[in-house]
Amino acid sequence: MSITLTTRTFTFILEWMLQLSFKSESGRATATAASLSELRRGEHGVIDRLDLPADQALRLMELGFLPGASVMAALSAPGGDPRVYRVDGSEFALRRETASRLILRAARDVA
Amino acid sequence: MSDCHGCGEATSVLPALSKGPAHAVIAIIGPPNSGKSTLFNRLTGLRQKVANFPGVTVEQHSGRVKLDSGRDALLIDLPGLYSLAARSEDEQITHDVLKGLRPGVPRPDGVLLILDSTNLGRHLLLAAPILDLGLPTLIVLNMADDLSGRGGTVDVAALSQQLGAPVALISATRGDGMGAVMDFLDGADARKKPLIELPVINDIPQCRRWASRISDGAGYHAPAPPYWTRRLDAIFLHPAAGPFIFVLVVVAVFQTIFKAAVPLMFGVKALIDWSGNVVGALLPDSVLRSLLIEGVWQGVGAVVVFLPQILLLFLFIGVLEDSGYLARAALIADRTMAKVGLQGKSFIPLLSAYACAVPPIMSTRTIENKRDRIATIMIAPFMTCSARLPVYTLIIAAFIPDRPILGAFLGMPAAAMIGLYVLGFLMAVITARLLKSSVLKSVRTPFILEMPPYRLPTLRSLALRLIDRAKVFLRRAGTVILGVAIALWILAHLPVKDGKAPPLEASIMGQIGHAVEPAIRPLGFNWKIGVGLITSLAAREVIVGTLGTIYGMEPDAKSEGLQQAIRRDLTLGGAVALLIFFAFAMQCMSTVAVVRRETGSWKWPAAQFAYMTAVAYAGAFVANQLIH
Repeated sequence: MSITLTTRTFTFILEWMLQLSFKSESGRATATAASLSELRRGEHGVIDRLDLPADQALRLMELGFLPGASVMAALSAPGGDPRVYRVDGSEFALRRETASRLILRAARDVA
Repeated sequence: MSDCHGCGEATSVLPALSKGPAHAVIAIIGPPNSGKSTLFNRLTGLRQKVANFPGVTVEQHSGRVKLDSGRDALLIDLPGLYSLAARSEDEQITHDVLKGLRPGVPRPDGVLLILDSTNLGRHLLLAAPILDLGLPTLIVLNMADDLSGRGGTVDVAALSQQLGAPVALISATRGDGMGAVMDFLDGADARKKPLIELPVINDIPQCRRWASRISDGAGYHAPAPPYWTRRLDAIFLHPAAGPFIFVLVVVAVFQTIFKAAVPLMFGVKALIDWSGNVVGALLPDSVLRSLLIEGVWQGVGAVVVFLPQILLLFLFIGVLEDSGYLARAALIADRTMAKVGLQGKSFIPLLSAYACAVPPIMSTRTIENKRDRIATIMIAPFMTCSARLPVYTLIIAAFIPDRPILGAFLGMPAAAMIGLYVLGFLMAVITARLLKSSVLKSVRTPFILEMPPYRLPTLRSLALRLIDRAKVFLRRAGTVILGVAIALWILAHLPVKDGKAPPLEASIMGQIGHAVEPAIRPLGFNWKIGVGLITSLAAREVIVGTLGTIYGMEPDAKSEGLQQAIRRDLTLGGAVALLIFFAFAMQCMSTVAVVRRETGSWKWPAAQFAYMTAVAYAGAFVANQLIH
């Protein structure tokens, strides 16, 4: 009896926490962001080019950060840096200094 | 990542191929976090590290698989990698092994390429360079349960046709679909080399297009986003709740290690005392009995008591790693790392250095930048490894009263323990700053951290870890610590005068202790601690065994137990000084040896040892003078 009660209380608290913290991430394209680092949480952008030394660019491209790939900004560490980016079903955290070198296509090209 | 003192033997030891029927040598390759190690464990049952964390496996591990046909296959588990381009050292290792260029490792007869079926679009990228090697290859699509659970599908037969290689859909954690893998391992003769047209390996966009054409052709439907991972991340990476939970987890771990381990430790202690009494009663009063009971039982027993605590620590580390929370913790802590000037990848080795410094020092091979790598190696031993735990516990329990600070949640001993962990971390940070602003300056390399989906740690994997840990710990208690205990007992009974052992102070051991005493008296240490400091050069926890032996031979200390004996024999200043000395000093032969191996010269380990000892001495001196 008491065990069921505890479990139910626990489930209730968990659900409540989830309600509080789980904001909907409807995919919004952005009209203004010039690089990945300017995307806000939930916003999409399409990569145009990687403004990084070749070996770093290749590493990121292997993970899916390719020109033409659509990337969504997800959650971040407190303070917004590093941020998790969702690309092709996987999630990778990048520091702002790296994300700012991933240049996005202008919004009209994306459409 | 967490394997400690087994260091030497746990890595890169390939069992010699025995004569007899030909063994198939099969390499397991795959991207980080695709479940390679889980499959390896599933197949070999060998104690090998599994973690839900990218970049864990660095050295190749190997193990035998018994096949139905009665033959053996030798499996080599290779580091996780995203491509075959050899940019970092672990990628180089994999590249060399597959090409048959790595000395001491036979060229594989076949390859198990393990890919995460929930991430096929990205993971298939690795198939191109692997198939290009021309070795017989089985494409293993792992996490089948996850794929179907989230509504994804893949046509295995069509994929096999597209790739020109056999494909198996499995779940390594649950053991589903292992038949196809065993058949591949067994059918050495029937395996044929794949023959398909491959993209230009270095052209990543082209490889990518190739991969998506293949997966489209195989009717691949990517699964829905991992629902629970998204929901949990919303909590664990919440701007306010995230860091709070991070701190909560850390505090809870230490509190539990301190509180929950106590009854278990009493149990082990009672067992040791009881067995000592039984053995003692069986033997006549002789030199042998004295050696066994005072030397071996007191010395080894004093260390073995800490087994429950160390296992608890590893249980927590295992749960955090396997569940995927560690990646989130690394993300939350990254800003702090950036401020110190270390790159994000250094964080992973440093986190795991809380278990032991040796495996993370080896895993720094994943860091491409050589200067960053050496900086990480230099600071890793400052992180509070599990070998310090027995020393800390003994001294804290003897000197810090068990009073609550935050009600039942945090007591003073646990708080003191956390303080010591923080102290070690701060010294690591200061050292990193010093190094990065002087001899090891470098440009920053990008921080890329994969966020794996959360997974429930399996009992099997956790149990394997703990068994492994217990073995390593007990093996060391049975070798190094036993040896030191016997040597100490002998030194404590020489020189024999008139057929009688001398008083402790006049023995060779006492003389050695007294010889070093002037150097350590400013730290508040007596000659017994001096002997402990010397023996603990081998490994930190040896001092506990040593003190167990020394006090075990003192007539009045024998009855009161080690904790009380130390409490009576040391001042508070000396006790705090001892804690600080052990927080900073590099008392560990395994670490010295592995730093020598990884940096390729004696220069770095020598500098590191001198620096850490100097810091430890200075810190202990200040503590003793202040608390005097």
